Amino acid sequence: MHMRESSIMKVHYYTGLAAIVLVAIHVLFRLTVPEGYYASLEYENVLANYKNISYVVVLELILITVAIHGFNGLRVILLELRQGNIWESAVRWLCIAGALAVLAYGTRTIILASMM
Amino acid sequence: MGDIMKKVKVRIQRFNPSKDRYATYDEYDVTAERWTTVLDALLYIKAHIDHSIALRYSCRMASCGSCGMLINGVPRLACYTKVYELNTDVITCKPLPNFPIIRDLATDFKEFFAKHKSMKPYIINEKADGNAREFIQKPEDVEMYLQFSYCIKCGLCYSACPTVGTDKRFPGPQALAQMYRYLIDNRDDATKERLRIVDDRHGVWRCHFAGSCSTVCPKGVDPALGIQLLRAYLLGYGKEKRKKGAMLYSRT
Repeated sequence: MHMRESSIMKVHYYTGLAAIVLVAIHVLFRLTVPEGYYASLEYENVLANYKNISYVVVLELILITVAIHGFNGLRVILLELRQGNIWESAVRWLCIAGALAVLAYGTRTIILASMM
Repeated sequence: MGDIMKKVKVRIQRFNPSKDRYATYDEYDVTAERWTTVLDALLYIKAHIDHSIALRYSCRMASCGSCGMLINGVPRLACYTKVYELNTDVITCKPLPNFPIIRDLATDFKEFFAKHKSMKPYIINEKADGNAREFIQKPEDVEMYLQFSYCIKCGLCYSACPTVGTDKRFPGPQALAQMYRYLIDNRDDATKERLRIVDDRHGVWRCHFAGSCSTVCPKGVDPALGIQLLRAYLLGYGKEKRKKGAMLYSRT
């Protein structure tokens, strides 16, 4: 079972656009801290962000969109690099596994940070 | 008025894959006039200096698409390129990139035509019964695909495409533009079948939109536009432009 390429590319384009918007929101969050941009990057302030549920949702969404968009981009590059059924199948499953691993590790980090 | 005669050096890449390991260059001096094309110069060399040069040509008027080659680094038709317009004293002719070399400037179009054929470049419509009836189209229906029908299959766009250079399964700009030409033709009735062919991991989505295909086309076709329109169609845009099927009209 596999998705049509047009469906994959729709997801690719939409996650790319969503990532731009979400990263913009993420950067704007830094600018809205009353103590200023540099203070917002201090350890305690960064950690405090993870207590804010809406910010956590934004971070998780960034993780999801960037992982999907990034690994699909990698898949496209590798498909153009070499062709062949074994190679293409390996690339597909490695990229899916890579995206899932990044999602799992990133989500774990978000959950741990929110519990600290 | 300036000089009407000009001496140029023509450098031709020589390579026979069955004998040679490396390509070499032979140089020939040719006198060109204002109207002399690169093909004229090559044919002069072949007739008077070196008979062994291999090149393909036919119509000499940019209609057959046979004499495509890399002239001073750009894919061009030799019959459509005047020596004077190159504005140089040295003209380097090489075979088209992305095509296997048969010998010297002659390249193998087998794969290129196979990809073109895989796009089913003809009208598919069960209503076409062959009983002296024809489909009638409005001028605006024809405009949808007209520029793409000017393609002469010279392979210049294919040779300029960076994706074809890396992905051998990519159909190339010529084939994809022809696919759009038949997809958007309201006499054609095989939309789903056509979309299935190009909606592949080595299909229409692999175009990087470098646009070099459109830049080198000698007939003014814009394959890059065709590919983007084909993509847009797959994404659900532009479907409303495709009118309902053309009507059958009987002259008898």
